[in-house]
Amino acid sequence: MLDQLTVTGLSSLLARGETSSREITQTFLQRIEQIEPLIHAFISWDAADALRQADHADKLRATGASQADKPLLGIPIALKDIIAVRGHPLTCGSRILANFVSPYDSTVAEKLKTAGAVLFGRLNLDEFAMGSSTENSAFGPTRNPWALDRVPGGSSGGAAAAVAAGECPAALGSDTGGSIRQPAAFCGVVGLKPTYGRVSRYGLVAYASSLDQIGPITATVTDAALLLEVISGYDPRDSTSVQEPVPRYLDALREDVKGIRIGLPREYMTGILHPEVRKAIVNAMTVLEQLGAHLVEVSLPHTEYAIATYYLIAPAEASSNLARYDGVRYGLRVDGPDPVAMYSATRGAGFGPEVKRRIMLGTYALSSGYYEAYYLRAQKVRTLIRQDFLRAFELVDAMLTPVSPTPPFMLGEKSGNPLDMYLSDIFTLSCNLAGICGISVPCGFTTAPRLPIGIQFLGRPFGEETILRIAYAYEQATSWHKERPIVPCVGPDISQPGIPGTKLA
Amino acid sequence: MSSTTEYEAVIGLETHVQLRTRSKMWCGCANEFGAPPNTNVCPVCLGLPGVLPVANEEALRLTVLAGLLLNCEIPARARFDRKNYFYPDMPKNYQITQYDQPSAVRGWVDFEFEGAIQRVRITRAHLEEDVGKSMHFAQTSGVDFNRAGVPLLEIVSEPDITSADMAYAYLNALKDILVFGGISDCDMEKGMVRCDVNVSVRPRGTSQLGAKIEIKNMNSFSGVRRALEYEIQRQVSVLKSGGQLVQSTRRWDDQTGVTEEMRTKEYAHDYRYFPDPDLMAFVPSEQWVNDVRKCVVELPLARKQRFMRDYKLPAGDAQVFVDDVPLGDYFELVARHTPNPKGAANWVINNMRALMVQTGKALKDIRFKPEAIGELVALVDQGKISSKSAQEVFAEMFLTGESPSAIVDRKGLVQVSDTAAVEAFCDQAIAANPGPVADFKAGKAAALNFLKGQVMKLSRGRANPALVGEILEKKLKG
Repeated sequence: MLDQLTVTGLSSLLARGETSSREITQTFLQRIEQIEPLIHAFISWDAADALRQADHADKLRATGASQADKPLLGIPIALKDIIAVRGHPLTCGSRILANFVSPYDSTVAEKLKTAGAVLFGRLNLDEFAMGSSTENSAFGPTRNPWALDRVPGGSSGGAAAAVAAGECPAALGSDTGGSIRQPAAFCGVVGLKPTYGRVSRYGLVAYASSLDQIGPITATVTDAALLLEVISGYDPRDSTSVQEPVPRYLDALREDVKGIRIGLPREYMTGILHPEVRKAIVNAMTVLEQLGAHLVEVSLPHTEYAIATYYLIAPAEASSNLARYDGVRYGLRVDGPDPVAMYSATRGAGFGPEVKRRIMLGTYALSSGYYEAYYLRAQKVRTLIRQDFLRAFELVDAMLTPVSPTPPFMLGEKSGNPLDMYLSDIFTLSCNLAGICGISVPCGFTTAPRLPIGIQFLGRPFGEETILRIAYAYEQATSWHKERPIVPCVGPDISQPGIPGTKLA
Repeated sequence: MSSTTEYEAVIGLETHVQLRTRSKMWCGCANEFGAPPNTNVCPVCLGLPGVLPVANEEALRLTVLAGLLLNCEIPARARFDRKNYFYPDMPKNYQITQYDQPSAVRGWVDFEFEGAIQRVRITRAHLEEDVGKSMHFAQTSGVDFNRAGVPLLEIVSEPDITSADMAYAYLNALKDILVFGGISDCDMEKGMVRCDVNVSVRPRGTSQLGAKIEIKNMNSFSGVRRALEYEIQRQVSVLKSGGQLVQSTRRWDDQTGVTEEMRTKEYAHDYRYFPDPDLMAFVPSEQWVNDVRKCVVELPLARKQRFMRDYKLPAGDAQVFVDDVPLGDYFELVARHTPNPKGAANWVINNMRALMVQTGKALKDIRFKPEAIGELVALVDQGKISSKSAQEVFAEMFLTGESPSAIVDRKGLVQVSDTAAVEAFCDQAIAANPGPVADFKAGKAAALNFLKGQVMKLSRGRANPALVGEILEKKLKG
């Protein structure tokens, strides 16, 4: 069962010559054919192109290339459809870019290619990464592989669902307020949001530039470390990337967390926490204590302002970032008698309701007369939130928190109530506002139905090694990550729920 | 212009100049005029999804240098902001600019105007990006994005300008400074300089400002002058006829020579400025600013004043050396070797420059040393050669590079000031030309010049002309 294997597992099979990149790629493509109609994790994929890349990887291996210099040689990796790959669609889950094909590579795509990866498939997402359920995609929602009537989380719901369902061994998502960690938790996989500036944003279509960060979604902590190492590093094309050396993250993985101090933010264990989530988190604390970690209560006093702060800053930046989709140069155009009418018609038809809501929120927050009261004030609170974390990190090496207050919710359950949806990001938003790093790892299941629960470890700026080490130790001490959802296989001819992925040539 | 004597204009200018960089502001595309449409473009300057800007350091350097040339303070920290508005020529529908933390603030420009030195204060100079160029065809419109992302320096003046002519003089002074400093080529034909004007009028002697009216769309300095002349008259007539002016933006039509209202204050844009999260604040080190400071050149007016003061040159000569900096620099090398810089300036301007033009030679091709001109001036001043011979010497030294004294010696051009020798030439001439001699004696004064010419001819130009005149007259009258 190649599709049950991790990146690391597939790599050793390839290294031993027991399989080929073509065989691996074919297996995943087959898996996609079988279960995509149920999951709809992908917006599109190009089988022929994927196999071409796989053959190229096999050829390289035959001529002497190996994992040593190309750590992802021949491994298929799928990307959230908001990360540019030359010649691949770049829809951002939006009607306005439904037919847009990227003429250039993002920096992470370049790095993955250099590492030998087979880049295939465009993963579903909430439109322009705005959402927590992947229901805001113009191409239809993705379903949670553990319970098809439930959401996979979002906005990187396609990525988390695809990895969980064995449609790809690993994926890249993007995280602006929890968009990697929350879907990872909902789908029972690992998701890492790197420190702001750790990974280049060049080629990541911007939602909120000061918060966005690309990161891996994988089946194991080891794979997350491996991918992070490949995609990290300063990029002269991204002024906000940081000239900080990239450590060997795989070397940071140790089963031992003796003496590591882990903070428990008092403000996070609130009443809104679902009882089964609370129970899983408390159990995880016990495991870590048994492994030798010291748990210390810490305080992040400005936590209650995080959601308000986020929903001023992110929409403000989004309102400006999304101004370029106007029908003039690329993407959808709905004609009108003059440019302004054309803009209105194009954007009216091209954007979904959540995107429009955030553009309006952001436009309002930046308007003359409101700027000081909203955007500027939010920036000041953001500084206070960051200071909360930096102060707490003087006492502890990392923090432990829930990822989401609830297990995966039902499709449609919150889509009519945006505020309720926004509130579900309470534990993940602050990490982006503070610019620090965080990782989500499976830590249990609810009883009936059996739904995954995730735990989050937050680290200092550029403290990825520490949270990877804690996550790894916890993972090795538990067996949650070994469980995979059972997705009933269907033939491609069976009538398909939702809007199926567009299969290209 | 009688109506304007009761009113005075208050004018402030916003001048945009394209910086002379090799590449654009945020990407590596060429900053080049005249390429076929949309050939100097890339994902970044087209604003494709996912791209990011990276600031061009040379543009930041030129901005700070311009600030220093305009006597500005350079704040420790500058920042880029987004100015949000929709327009088809703007790829991102926001323009990256410096809003409340510009690269240069509080400076001034001094310039000559109506016989005095005027000062216009500079509010700020900030860096931003240019937009594309819309083109309208019969049925459709197009946008050329070659210009999109070209670094643009906006220089905002205080409302210190009081007339259309003064605005014109200010713009020319500003242009000279920017060209001098290598900041911009300021080629108007290529759209490298653009200008918006704010103008109001008020009864002369009052201090309260009238309604500020902005005029756009002037594409030449003379256009600015004409637009201001028109607009000041218009505003004065409105006020004189009891009307009221409201804050508004007007468009200059160069064809018809009038301004037309575009929008009033209540329809003013809300640009929703906010700091661009894609760019870090620019905090130059002291060393960096000092390195830029080393490139600060002498400004045109200061240079002119120094040439007039130090070399006692008339304004016209000094201006020549301001307009042609290399020639002026060359002159300074010459001037160091002569007690008569004005004499040297004549040779440099009238002879050397003319010969250079004639022969297509550049300063680097000049074969004689700069001190040779000093030597030549001395030969004339000391009466060793006549100014006529000096012309011959100069032509020779320009051709061969030989020193003036060597040429004088070789050609035997030393001026004959020995009275006996000159008398001999005069006697010869008088004897050979009885007709003119008789004419002179009959009262035709002009005949003396003919005889002088004959003496000079006999002496092969070497006789001291003053002495020749003196001796001839004495002999003929005596």
